[in-house]
Amino acid sequence: MNVDIHKTAPQLAPPLALPTTSQTIPQPVPRGADGEQPVFAVHDLNMHYGKNLALKDVTMDIRPRRITAIIGPSGCGKSTLIRCFNRMNELIPSARVSGEVLYHGENIYAPGVDPVVVRRHIGMVFQRPNPFPKSIYENVAFGAKINGYKGDMDELVERSLRRAALWDEVKNQLKKSALDLSGGQQQRLCIARAIAVEPDVILMDEPASALDPIATVRIEDLMQELKQDYSIVIVTHNMQQAARVSDETAFLYTEVDEATSARWGILVEFGETSQIFTRPRDKRTEDYVSGRFG
Amino acid sequence: MSWAEDLPPLDGGASAPDTQAGHAGGRWSGRCWAPGVSLRDCRPARRRVWRNRRNATLIVLAVVLTLIPVAMILYQITSKGIQTMDWEFLTSSQPFSLRRTGGGFLNGLIGTAIMVGLATLVSVPLGILGAVYLVEYGKGNWLAKLIRFFSDVMTGVPSIFVGLFVYTALVVQFGFGALMGAASLMIIMMPIVVRSTEEMLKLVPHELKDASYALGAAKWQTVLRVILPSAAPGITTGVMLAVARAAGETAPLLLTALGSIQLTAKLWGAPIQALPLAIFDGARNPFAAGQARAWAGALELLLIVLVFTIMARVVASRSRISR
Repeated sequence: MNVDIHKTAPQLAPPLALPTTSQTIPQPVPRGADGEQPVFAVHDLNMHYGKNLALKDVTMDIRPRRITAIIGPSGCGKSTLIRCFNRMNELIPSARVSGEVLYHGENIYAPGVDPVVVRRHIGMVFQRPNPFPKSIYENVAFGAKINGYKGDMDELVERSLRRAALWDEVKNQLKKSALDLSGGQQQRLCIARAIAVEPDVILMDEPASALDPIATVRIEDLMQELKQDYSIVIVTHNMQQAARVSDETAFLYTEVDEATSARWGILVEFGETSQIFTRPRDKRTEDYVSGRFG
Repeated sequence: MSWAEDLPPLDGGASAPDTQAGHAGGRWSGRCWAPGVSLRDCRPARRRVWRNRRNATLIVLAVVLTLIPVAMILYQITSKGIQTMDWEFLTSSQPFSLRRTGGGFLNGLIGTAIMVGLATLVSVPLGILGAVYLVEYGKGNWLAKLIRFFSDVMTGVPSIFVGLFVYTALVVQFGFGALMGAASLMIIMMPIVVRSTEEMLKLVPHELKDASYALGAAKWQTVLRVILPSAAPGITTGVMLAVARAAGETAPLLLTALGSIQLTAKLWGAPIQALPLAIFDGARNPFAAGQARAWAGALELLLIVLVFTIMARVVASRSRISR
């Protein structure tokens, strides 16, 4: 069923429209079994909002159990790109995607793939903490409940909250409204909520940009913890944060068509974080990471 | 530190030369701060102060004017209704003659409870589902636009037309009865529920929906577990508005429930009384006893609507986790 069409290096593989026969998302590859198979292989991803091109020809590999940072100036399509990884873009009616996003070798945009199933495996944490107006317990249990979790719910809630380094702060007030927590606690609650459904990948869209420096450090420490088990993709406009936390970095930049003043994002450079920040190959990357613009 | 040294002391205005007093008396009305002018001496332009006072007065006046009729109605109903309102009034039916004293509107109370209850049972779930369709599924398609348009039209239709419609469609064939009355009330309630629920659903922040979808929730799960609970307090308010409106409707019931002085709980086959009908009955006749009962009935109706509104508020505030 699951034909691995992605054995060769993605940059070399021509982006042919390979037929995807399988109708279901395969279970995540057992951790450690085949460490270097990419979690996501993106081929020539183009993204439109209505008639406007938002992302052009993005090709990249996301490796498992690493933190991949997406950096770039405002409006270059960082959030758009990360939302392509779990098909959240489809909630915007005019959004249109072409190209492939292979998740463990299978195109998540193939016909017959249910976005709900995709999102079940690929969790997401948003820029602004967005807990439900329910109790702390209900927030964490939400995903498990709707996905028909049969195990011990109390245990799952505790485990997820511990994982998100929030348990000690809230263990005596699980019935309290999640909206009573501070911003940083709310964001960790959102992370706990995301990992409660035991996803394979966690996407984070500027998870710390609404938080103070102390809460930010806690989130960053948490990410280091989580990458033992999860593949993490993080969008950030904070270059220091990308340099601190990530293993690999993708630099996106805005291209402008002078004639029509249309703007879209392109992937300029993608590589090891240390390489991107110390020996960038592209002039634009160098200018950006050295703070010359953006 | 250097900038502070340049500033004159705030109270020692005399030392600053007038030419330095920048805006004062210049292009700006009122007295503005300038070096040497204390903020305490600055006043907004007299014209603006006057306008502010005038508008504030007008607003307060408008509020008072709106409250006067409400207060008068409440006073009138309470003072006149309380004279006849007693245990007997609440627990017995209308006497056979409007001239006779005693008796009460129990028949009307039961009839109103049955008809408003049935109409609520049907119109609230349907109305909420309709609103969910409008906001979450239909968005801007032609069906949604059609539903929205007709809901607006239906809200404005005089209720007697609804009564006439149910009369020709149902009553002519099946006779007067509680079911026919409930049908007409349902038609009146439905658009109110749809439109008020729609407004509430629109207010649910899309961040919450995103959070739900990102956890692998299907659309129906998101609607049931996130969107509707978040909007519940607002929806309850809209539903109460519809219930209050239905409880007070008289015109459509004249043509569907007809009214009866007998105590009955039959759903069809027999005319049934409703509180507004009983009030109408007593009020339009010249007999003191009947009129007194009408006043007490009005008070009863008022209290029922009040109690239900308060109950709904309490339930709604409980269902939402306190911030």
